[in-house]
Amino acid sequence: MLSLRKRLLPWLALAPIALAASTGAWAETVARYGISMADIPLTTGQPDRGAGAYQFTGHTLYDPLIAWESNVGDRPGKLIAGLATEWKPDAKDPKKWLFTLRQGVKFHDGSAFDADAVIWNLEKVLNDKAPQFDAKQSAQVRPRIPSIASYRKVNATTVEITTKEPDALFPYQLPWFLIGSPAQWEKMGKDWNKVASQPSGTGPFKLDKLVPRERAELVRNADYWDKSRVAKTDRIVLLPIPDAVTRGNALLNGQVDIIETPAPDMVPQLQAGGFKIVKNVTPHVWPYHFSTYQGSPWTDIRVRKAANLAVDRSAIVQLLNGLGQPAKGQVDATSPWFGKPSFDIKYDLKTAKALMAEAGYSPQKPLKAKVIIAQGGTGQMLSLPMNEFVQQSLAEVGIQVEFEVVELENLYLHWRSGAKGDINASKGITAINLGYVTADPFYGITRFVNSKYVAPNGVNWGGYADKEVDAKIEQLSTTFDVPTQNKLLADIHQKMVDDALMLWVVHDVNPHALSPKVKEFIQAQHWFQDLTTIRM
Amino acid sequence: MFAYIIKRLLYAVPIALAVTLVAFLLVHIAPGDALNAIAPADAPAETIAALKAAYGLDRPLPVQYGLWLGRALQGDLGASIATGRSVTSEVMAAVGNTLSLAGVAAIIGVLAGCVLGGIAGYRHGGWVDRIATFISVIGVSVPHYWLGLVLTIVFSITLGWLPAMGAGPEGGWFLDGAHLPYIVLPALTMAVVPMGILTRTVRAVVVDILAQDFVQALRAKGLGNRRIFRHVAKNAAPTVLAVAGLQLGYLMGGSILIETVFAWPGTGFLLNTAIFQRDLPLLQGTLLVLCLFFVLLNLLVDIAQPFIDPRMRRT
Repeated sequence: MLSLRKRLLPWLALAPIALAASTGAWAETVARYGISMADIPLTTGQPDRGAGAYQFTGHTLYDPLIAWESNVGDRPGKLIAGLATEWKPDAKDPKKWLFTLRQGVKFHDGSAFDADAVIWNLEKVLNDKAPQFDAKQSAQVRPRIPSIASYRKVNATTVEITTKEPDALFPYQLPWFLIGSPAQWEKMGKDWNKVASQPSGTGPFKLDKLVPRERAELVRNADYWDKSRVAKTDRIVLLPIPDAVTRGNALLNGQVDIIETPAPDMVPQLQAGGFKIVKNVTPHVWPYHFSTYQGSPWTDIRVRKAANLAVDRSAIVQLLNGLGQPAKGQVDATSPWFGKPSFDIKYDLKTAKALMAEAGYSPQKPLKAKVIIAQGGTGQMLSLPMNEFVQQSLAEVGIQVEFEVVELENLYLHWRSGAKGDINASKGITAINLGYVTADPFYGITRFVNSKYVAPNGVNWGGYADKEVDAKIEQLSTTFDVPTQNKLLADIHQKMVDDALMLWVVHDVNPHALSPKVKEFIQAQHWFQDLTTIRM
Repeated sequence: MFAYIIKRLLYAVPIALAVTLVAFLLVHIAPGDALNAIAPADAPAETIAALKAAYGLDRPLPVQYGLWLGRALQGDLGASIATGRSVTSEVMAAVGNTLSLAGVAAIIGVLAGCVLGGIAGYRHGGWVDRIATFISVIGVSVPHYWLGLVLTIVFSITLGWLPAMGAGPEGGWFLDGAHLPYIVLPALTMAVVPMGILTRTVRAVVVDILAQDFVQALRAKGLGNRRIFRHVAKNAAPTVLAVAGLQLGYLMGGSILIETVFAWPGTGFLLNTAIFQRDLPLLQGTLLVLCLFFVLLNLLVDIAQPFIDPRMRRT
């Protein structure tokens, strides 16, 4: 017979676990996240407020057919299977893409995901005659999926999407298109405003609570189909705090656990207080986009190159307290699309002055140029101080820059109109400073150099046209092999840099500040971040 | 008296109509595009045109104004372009939060202003007067944004006594123990300007009243300071009331910076969002409600004054 001691031992061993449970060690884990937006982005399926909003109410609540790998930080992500397990162009007609859908996936409301749901969602944003058409969602996503011409259900697990022209880069458009539940829309009385407070997607989080302009609470979807991406935290509370200093104060005060984009001035204080600053290579660039139309001061390549060599980017990064990375082109030098440009962008005042002298200018006899800039706003980093720094740097080599300062929303109007548009030409504006997202080949590269996209047909703002580049873009559209695509993109980017198409200054690093309570957060090299990686 | 009230009410009607016109025109003449609220920056021209038609923004301005005014008169301020939510409910929720904040700030500001101004007036020329004047000058000069940050650094971050932002632990402000700490810092920050203005006003009025003959007569009749103070207070009240009313209106509309610094979900925060998003219906609706509040407050002050000062009934 066992002694009393031996019989009690197993129970004694369990005592600490029972104690821990009773004292709340197994209580719900909560991460309070101070976001830089003034409101919670749209929750109905296609978030508003730009690429940065997808991490909050996009890829948390919903899934796309093709996803972007966002749970790795040590290398750039890539396209991965989302609600489609496989996608391929038709061998006979490259405009037709066949998507094989993932089986057994259910929306948060319990209804099944299938081909009908995909078609219903495409109709929701592309067919304004469909009852479920939502102008707001459509406006958000339509510009992101410009290639789609038509679509049809092949069978319950296969969908065919036809593009307007052969477009090998089409898969890159699909992480922006998210799939919501048709059944939930019916249940909510076909009212998108009601769906906003009770949305239903297939994503790794469900929306538990929404207080407009104040908070959104996301809870873990324990039944998420991708077991490797089940959220590590039970609840994420999103709190809109648009002012960077207020966000920093809330973190210091313990009201939130994570903030995005801390104010650069607060970085030393946060670090001294034991808070962790995380940042990573981010597809974003802060450039001056030149007009290359006749009459623009930037038509001379020597001037464009001199401008690129005149700016001490490391000093700007210092101004940002480290929250930036010197740019050597449109994309970061580690990107597979960077290529091997012969023009090395760096701080070289001597060469810059020599180039300007060759072009017939000097600080005493300066070239005058007018640049339109925003006073601030999303993607613009520290707009005014950075612009003043660039202005002084350019003055040193003989480029006298005058600023036209407008609000960001107004700047977009100037951007869409192109350098030749009256709104710019009448004021003598020959360059624009606007932060660009460079996340995919179209957004990052081709739309700025394709002569088909010269504004107002697109955002080739300065009217750049180069036959060699156009031919490469044409070739790219029918090249379905990813390494060859990357090589072509690298060639195009190389040409952009060698032509000094823009004055590239810095890349954003999408900084986050974390309280010591946050044990893990993987910051992807993208604007899409994966909140399932947050562990408290 | 009845005729006076009717006359004041009738005056308010054209003012309110003018307010609707100004609120509408102001947001339309500002540069930018209303569709920036929903369309991405690089949306193609056809998407923009389709959206303009969908939201009626392609119609002539007078038509847009007429349609908007017609709905506004029925209490319908339309729907936010950005979120689709009803502007009326958005504005009313925000007005509730701002009223709470402005109310607490007004109480602090008016009480402190009357006390400081009264003491300074009674001690005219002395060191108490100089200190009160100094405080009032600081009050009207200090930038809100800066003061809010300093108070946050001291009371939230260094001492850890009060929250740095937000209206409550779960969103929205209510009068209970859990929410009370959230209002302290924004209300104190907001109270500084009305406190400064009222201190100066009350001081000047009290000095003026104390120099008048009737006060000498009251003293000659042997009245004590306490009873003389009642007469001074009664004579100062109309001016103080008028200034306090204006200040409350100012607090309702002038809180954009404070609400942004403290992430307080009121009308200032709402206006900030609406301005930067060019969400015209939301912007127009918020401006209209705030302006009407101002008109209403002035109307109430006008109506209240004859009850306090019988001389007003004769004018």
